[in-house]
Parts: sequence; C-alpha cells; structure tokens
Amino acid sequence: MVWLIGLGYDLSASTFSPDGRVFQVEYAIKAVENSSTAIGIRCKDGVVFGVEKLILSKLYEEGSNKRIFNIDRHVGMAVAGLLADARSLAEVAREEASNFRSNYGHDIPLKHLSDRVAMYVHAYTLYSAVRPFGCSFILGSYDKDDGPQLYMVDPSGISYGYWGCAIGKAKQAAKTEIEKLQMKDMTCRELVKEVAKIIYIVHDEVKDKAFELELSWVGEVTNGRHEFVPKDVKEEAEKYAKEKKNNRRVYRTTVQTVFS
Amino acid sequence: KANFAHEVNIAGNCPIWQCSLCSLSCESLDMLLTGIYDCCERTWEDQTLLHDKSYDMRKRMMTCFCCSFGLCITPRLDCNQLTERKILLFVSLEIDEDPQVRSAATLVKNISYKYKEELSAHLIVAGWDRRDGGQVFATLGGLLTRQPFAIGGSGSSYVYGFVDAEYRRGMTKEECQKFVVNTLALAMNRDGSSGGVAYIVTIDEHSTDEKVILGNDLPTFFDQ
Repeated sequence: MVWLIGLGYDLSASTFSPDGRVFQVEYAIKAVENSSTAIGIRCKDGVVFGVEKLILSKLYEEGSNKRIFNIDRHVGMAVAGLLADARSLAEVAREEASNFRSNYGHDIPLKHLSDRVAMYVHAYTLYSAVRPFGCSFILGSYDKDDGPQLYMVDPSGISYGYWGCAIGKAKQAAKTEIEKLQMKDMTCRELVKEVAKIIYIVHDEVKDKAFELELSWVGEVTNGRHEFVPKDVKEEAEKYAKEKKNNRRVYRTTVQTVFS
Repeated sequence: KANFAHEVNIAGNCPIWQCSLCSLSCESLDMLLTGIYDCCERTWEDQTLLHDKSYDMRKRMMTCFCCSFGLCITPRLDCNQLTERKILLFVSLEIDEDPQVRSAATLVKNISYKYKEELSAHLIVAGWDRRDGGQVFATLGGLLTRQPFAIGGSGSSYVYGFVDAEYRRGMTKEECQKFVVNTLALAMNRDGSSGGVAYIVTIDEHSTDEKVILGNDLPTFFDQ
C-alpha cells in the first residue's frame, strides 16, 4: 500500500519524516518519472539532446510545446516533468545568463549557471507555502576553451555533471543504452544518430502510440551555438534509428523461437 | 596652490607580452582619484606612469586586471574609487576559475557608463588570463573595446602618431618595454603637464614586475 508511506509527514515540503526523507521532494521526482524521456549525451566536441515528445492527439500542431529550450546562445536545456514548471525555470535560467553577461562581459560558465538554477530550485523545497518544481532538466553547452559540458538538475536542487544522462519514464532503459556508447570518442554527427536510436528503442509502443523526436545539439559543429538539428541530419538520424530498432526486434523474436 | 602631476599611459599588446602605459592626471588639490589597480600574480601588464604623491597604486593578489586611469582635468570631485577588486574576487570564487580580463573591463565599463555625467575619466584595463593571454581594453565613456594598445592622458595626444607608426604585433617583452619607455619619454618631453619618472609594470602568466625609470635615465630624442 504505497500511499500509506507518507502518512502525515508528506503534507508539506517543510517537514521531514522520521526516517529522514522529505516526501514532497520525492513526489516531485515521481512527477518527473511520469513524463516521457529526455536524454543528453556529451561527446568529445559537443553535446546532443534528444527528447521523446508524446503526441496525445492528432490535432496538435507539429512542433508545438517544445521541450528543448535555448537558454543563452551557447546553452541548451532539455526538460522532463511538468512542462509549465519547466518553462518558468527556463525563464529563470535565461535571466541568470543574461545578467551574468551584462555584468561580466562573457558567456556564463555552465557550472555556474547550473549551480545558480539548482539553488533556485532548492529554495522551493524549503517552505510549506510553495511546492517544489516538478521537473528535472539537463543543461548542456560547448566552449572552445573548456570543451563540452553537461549538467542535470533534479527537483531536490542538486546538480551533477555527466557524460550522459537520462530523465523521464524510461530513464533506466535509456541509461543502460547510454552506457554502451563510447561517447568520449564520438563526434556530434555520429552521436546524433545514436541519440535518435536510443529514443526510438526506449519508446514504449504499447502504452504510448505516437511520438515526435526533438533533437538539438551544441558543439564545434555549430560553432558553440545551441541549435535544433537541421532537417536533413534529423531525417538521416531517424532513418538509422528505425533500422536499428527493427534489427533489434528481429533478433528478439529469433531468440524467442529458439527457446520455445 | 594646486600641484599637477600627469602621467602618460599607453597600453600595448604583443602576443606573449603585453605592455601598457597609463596616463593619469590628478589634481592634488581635490585629492582624489587614485586608480585602484588590482594586479594579481596572474596578470600581465606593463604600466608606465609618472609617479605622483597623491597617486596610489595598490596590488592585490587575487584579481586579474590592472586598471589604469585616464585623465580627469575637471576641478570637480571625480570619485573614481573603483572597488571592483572585491567584486572580481567574489566572482572568481563563485565560478571557481580565475577572473577574465574581460570581466574586469566590463565592470569598469559599467561604472563609467552609469556615472557618465559625474565622472570624466578614460580607464584602460589590461591584464593576462589563460584564455586569450594578454589583453587591453579601453573603456572611454562607457564604450568597451579590445585594442592591441591604448593610450590616454594629457600627454597622449603628442604620441598618437608615434605609437601608430611604431607598434607592431608580435613584439617580444624587451621590445615592448622599449616601445613603452620611448613613448613615455616623447610624451613627457613635449607635454607641459607631464614629467617626472616612468613607472613600468610588466605582467605575465607567472609574475608582475615593477620598474621605475627616473627622469634622467629616460631615452632622449631630437630636441633634448
């Protein structure tokens, strides 16, 4: 009986439970796990984001409700969780980056930006008057001196640096796939195809029908600017992904027939 | 009676070494204006200025820029107490890396622009950081530009032609210092408001060196 676990200590973010957990923050993390997957992978010359955007209705316009945001010229943010919360955090991140540039004259270093936004997210986990943000996001940037960087911030207000990370409902499966990659030796162009492949693989066709793939990158290939992947590259990546996914399916059915 | 002391500053840039001479005039009657300079162990800059007893140059450890003063000849109280050294220190602690010269220059520029009506100064910010090496930024009136070299002050108008003709990219440290001293000597010679000693600061990746060249030891030119 999962819903008995909280039992009075989960009513506000300002209360600890006897075993030392803040349930509201954990529930916020669960909210992220209800949304579809987003992954970010860092390679030797850039960062690639891939988001599986579920299409709930055929009437939706294509490309609406994007889940990848541009924070500054050189920073991209992929989100999972409550999209409205994510949008307001994107706005916060944009303001931070803009103020930094205005005061200090250069691009905000990604570590600093993710620290600042993580502090902001953390502030909402301290009081009973507000609820924590129900979204995780992945920030990525490329700088010619510092190289590519990738940070993830979760609703508890922690930010970690990664080589590859996944958030959302299929994050475990995606993480397994990411671990198989040799990302430190790959370039962005190769990585784009792999990212598309991973999204196609972790997409659950039974539960969720249609989805749209959002791909973006920032790296040497774009001269340090964060951009959505151009149409031709995206189509090539999707073709590769579908092929790989079909091959996998064939392999799986062959194995099943052997054992049955 | 007011005492005037003028200093000629020029900031010059070579890929490895960067020289800057700063020109500064302060009216000791009003007693202010001291540039706040923060050169840290990692800044690189050559600064020549004629010393004035009311002029104060402080060196601090952590920051990465050297701020040189432009001229303030108006008798108003121009309060150019630039305290960015603390700001720059805090920023570099937060972002966990050494401050860039550009950051320092932007901070100076923001103050220059904000108090444009009250202040009258041309500040040259120069230093060394690991990204772009030696850099010189001029912040006249709130405009920030990166230049290979910059000059300012009352005596600087006499040497514009000289620096334009003589500056070359890729000078070595010794050539740069010689260039700087020559410029200063020429300016000090011609400008009635300049004179005294030349104070040269050389900043590179590892250290900051200061040198004072007395008036008698300056190179002499045609009409001396």
